[in-house]
Amino acid sequence: MSSMAGADTSLAARARRRKLRRARELPIYGFLFACAMLSIITTVGIVFVLLEETYRFFEEVSIVDFLTGTRWTPLFTSKLFGVLPLLNATLLMAFLAMLVAIPFGVLVAIYLSEYAPPMIRSTVKPVLEVLAGIPTVVYGYFALQFIAPQVLQPLGQPTILSAASASIAMGILILPLVASLSEDAMRAVPQSLREGAYGLGSNKFEVATRVVLPAALSGILAAVILAASRAVGETMIVAIASGNQPILSWNPFDQMQAMTAYIVQVSLGDTQRGTIEYSTIFAIGSLLFILTLVMNIFAQWLLAKFREEYD
Amino acid sequence: MSTAQYSLGTLGRRSSSRLVIRRVAGRVFLALCLGATLSGIFALGVLLYTVSADGIGRLNWDFFSTYPSRFADQAGAKSAIYGTVWVMAFTALFAVPIGIGAAIYLEEFAARNWLTKVIETNINNLAGVPSIIYGLLGLTIFVRIMALDRSVIAGGLTLALLVLPIVIVASREGLRAVPPSIREASLGLGATKWQTVWFQVLPPAMPSILTGVILALSRAIGETAPLIMIGALTFIAFTPTGPGSPFTTLSIQIFNWISRPQPGFADTAAAGIIVLLGVLLVMNGFAVGLRMYFERKRRW
Repeated sequence: MSSMAGADTSLAARARRRKLRRARELPIYGFLFACAMLSIITTVGIVFVLLEETYRFFEEVSIVDFLTGTRWTPLFTSKLFGVLPLLNATLLMAFLAMLVAIPFGVLVAIYLSEYAPPMIRSTVKPVLEVLAGIPTVVYGYFALQFIAPQVLQPLGQPTILSAASASIAMGILILPLVASLSEDAMRAVPQSLREGAYGLGSNKFEVATRVVLPAALSGILAAVILAASRAVGETMIVAIASGNQPILSWNPFDQMQAMTAYIVQVSLGDTQRGTIEYSTIFAIGSLLFILTLVMNIFAQWLLAKFREEYD
Repeated sequence: MSTAQYSLGTLGRRSSSRLVIRRVAGRVFLALCLGATLSGIFALGVLLYTVSADGIGRLNWDFFSTYPSRFADQAGAKSAIYGTVWVMAFTALFAVPIGIGAAIYLEEFAARNWLTKVIETNINNLAGVPSIIYGLLGLTIFVRIMALDRSVIAGGLTLALLVLPIVIVASREGLRAVPPSIREASLGLGATKWQTVWFQVLPPAMPSILTGVILALSRAIGETAPLIMIGALTFIAFTPTGPGSPFTTLSIQIFNWISRPQPGFADTAAAGIIVLLGVLLVMNGFAVGLRMYFERKRRW
């Protein structure tokens, strides 16, 4: 700019131009700031959207009936709004999925972090991460067309649809999440701890299970909670494979309806705004949001604590 | 075994049998770890095999060029493929500039104060919100309040909000990888902050940002629940004509085919899944290739 023919090159003029240039950039700052603020607006939007209809819902249904009722029949003529069958199904399926994902995921993490040579690690990890990248609708298909008929029905599952097949598919989906986050936690454990244990005569197995695993425990726990929260919010697998029966049951071979599956079921139908059926999906959505938010915050708190320990 | 016999002589019977037990336990444990890893890979193999075996017979040119049908063997994915492309284009249109903008703000401009902290924590939390909640958000804000109806643009906006945290996190990592010396040199030569970001920081960060964008889009392309929530129709025998047009996508079409009771539709669904996974494979392969290419070219 200052080299332009005829431009004033005095110090004061340069300073003026610099100020002008900065002023011209102000709209850019504004835009960038707005982009960052959009995330806040999104959260506010979510809370607003959920609260608005949830409020309508609780104008008609008492919150005690909602949280303690054991029958969920909002789509029938005699409407009962007890969320327990849905909540139970969601938690039971998430629990079963974790039964698959935790042992496998943690063992994979130990293998990758403590045993695998770098070559194998760098090939196995991306392959496993493919599992996490497969769309959940595909897992729904897998649960319905393979896990249920080929694995569970020979074991005595009475129907194609069941909580168990959805849970297993969900377990496979979140396995890489548990494995990859747990591995990160284990690799963050200082090498000196391992060396100390080796120096005292431990072998690799003892170092892995008695030194690294306990040292990484809060990180692994965070991984498990994040994965569980993912399972609680998982929608397509349970909507496809677990049946749509809001039954309060502990039997994984029963058909069940998770909270997310109920929301899908209602929105597939032609439910108009202003009806109680429409409000139910937001009430369920609020419960789901609170549940996953609490889990995520707790996991992040654990992770922060874990990082503090070893940084 | 020979080492165990050796220690029998030197350490005495008790400690040697302990040593054997410890060694065997170690072997068993390694076998368990290896077994778990292999079963993960095995599960992936079975999944891919099941889908391919079911769907490959249905996969021919007609599948790409015809519309959905009541008859499983005539059902095609044309409207779903076009719908997917349309929705993804709008998702990218919104998510990419906003995501990169937010990342630039947080990495390059934001003061270390409480507001920045709140934004960062908030982005972390948004990444953990179930996708179906974004569906409820889209249904209320975009479909109802903004009256966009069940359109391509409502779908694109909803998915854009969903993947925004992914774009932001990846872009921030890309920006952070550019050494501070580059910025200092540029500022030292009299460039403004924005000129520094635009001409010096953004170009070398672009490959990682692009990789993040592709990963975000491959998440969006598989999303089904939020689009069902905003009422994307499942039986659509036309391709979208514009941003306001109703639409279906591959994932929704697959879900629709899976839920049909008639036999035969399962195979059609599998064919749809093969197409979806194929697209994902190409996108991810491209992302990996891009990263490798630019890592080799990096100047520092």
